Amino acid sequence: MKKTPLYEQHVRLGAKIIDFGGWAMPVQYTNVIDEHRATRENAGLFDICHMGEIEVRGPDAFSLLQCVMSRNLESQGDNQMKLSLMINEQGGIIDDLTVYRFSEDSYMVVTNAVTKEKDYQWLLKVKGEKSLSGVQIRDITEGTGKLDLQGPASQSILQEITAGDLASLKFYESMHTKVLDMPAIISRSGYTGEDGFEIYTPGGGVATVWKELLKAGSASGLKPVGLGARDTLRLEAGMMLYGNDMNETISPFEVVYGWIVDLKKEFIGRDALSRQKEKGVEKQLVGFEMEDRGIARHGYKIREDGRDIGEVTSGTFSPTLNKAIGLAFVPVSHKEPGTALYIQIRDHLVKARVVRLPFYKRKK
Amino acid sequence: MSKPNPADRKYTREHEWAMNSGDGTIVMGITDYAQKMLTDIVYVELPEIGKKVKQMQTVAVVESVKSVSDVYSPVSGEVVDINRILEEKPEILNQDAFGEGWICRIKMDDPTELDTLMSAAEYTEFIKGLEH
Repeated sequence: MKKTPLYEQHVRLGAKIIDFGGWAMPVQYTNVIDEHRATRENAGLFDICHMGEIEVRGPDAFSLLQCVMSRNLESQGDNQMKLSLMINEQGGIIDDLTVYRFSEDSYMVVTNAVTKEKDYQWLLKVKGEKSLSGVQIRDITEGTGKLDLQGPASQSILQEITAGDLASLKFYESMHTKVLDMPAIISRSGYTGEDGFEIYTPGGGVATVWKELLKAGSASGLKPVGLGARDTLRLEAGMMLYGNDMNETISPFEVVYGWIVDLKKEFIGRDALSRQKEKGVEKQLVGFEMEDRGIARHGYKIREDGRDIGEVTSGTFSPTLNKAIGLAFVPVSHKEPGTALYIQIRDHLVKARVVRLPFYKRKK
Repeated sequence: MSKPNPADRKYTREHEWAMNSGDGTIVMGITDYAQKMLTDIVYVELPEIGKKVKQMQTVAVVESVKSVSDVYSPVSGEVVDINRILEEKPEILNQDAFGEGWICRIKMDDPTELDTLMSAAEYTEFIKGLEH
């Protein structure tokens, strides 16, 4: 298994380590519920060094990204980030990622951990096919450290160790600044539904930043948070996980990503998606809450009249709502909030109900 | 450190305990070591009263936020009582796995099956082996 530069820190903190897409990652330090609540109420610090960063630079950088991204990047200003998709020719999702624009010829694409190599190869392939010689694509994952600091106390904690004016940083904006004495990129963004930051530092310095952040946050209840709570936090916020809730056979219109597809511009996969949009989709990813006792998990089937009509893609116990929640593919006839679903849990059928996403929204 | 494993009962390699009530039934649950490994228990699926089980067959299911774990019956027999409190308060398993967190009572088919289980001392050695 690959280790992030923070592996020793996790072991020292007593984390339970699991294999996540080939990476040895902390799933929890104490327990999922405590770490989840710490993030919602105070702040949580996450090792995200396993995710991929790809630098896209040069005069053709925009042309390449505009060609592969489902989102129209024309309106993207310097130091703005955008959530986007890369789509294959059949209209399936290659990955969901964030695109950072630093200037018109300098971008960074942040990918999921397990999809990074595939994304990188896709960018190279399209560059070749479109003969875009004026773009350099560089996988900088190895030398890049990434931490997420999430929760209401994040700003005051991070401000203690950075010169950047965080109060002026808007949601989905980034800045080049310094953290401690290191060059860093900070964006106001994340994967928990809370206010917070994604922090990129040199890989060799990320352990120092980690330790200093934990120190700076000790009085405000900051805790290190593992992938267990990362999953419950994102699910409550109605966010999907690549590989769990979507993959290359799933279209953005079948999940909750229709809003980041711009069919008015040219991009790879657009024709397939246009046809699909016209025809309509047959299944839809929806949120559900359990009404009866039980927790529906990834892969559990939704049953009706003795047959499978859908499948749970994510399911867990929600520490904030104190009930079981999840995401599932259902026939479009079953997508309206309030619709009853019957989920097969071991040898019994358990009742759930379709609800509107997100499950949790923070108070502004 | 886990709580000491009480000497008044027997243990399985799957981390269940069984206490002989002396009336042909046992009370069973999961060990303190098991609850610590599972961490935050948020759901317990209890068997129905009357359910017949064979030794080391699944009798209940315990779920943490992240995981689903089968609980195996230490003996063959019939479930005659269940701890319904766990339906409302599964966290009791984390707090008191050897006491308030008992799972069910089973009427034994064959009391000699208890002899196949580990003593408290043997189980303590067994989990020590797992920790290294």
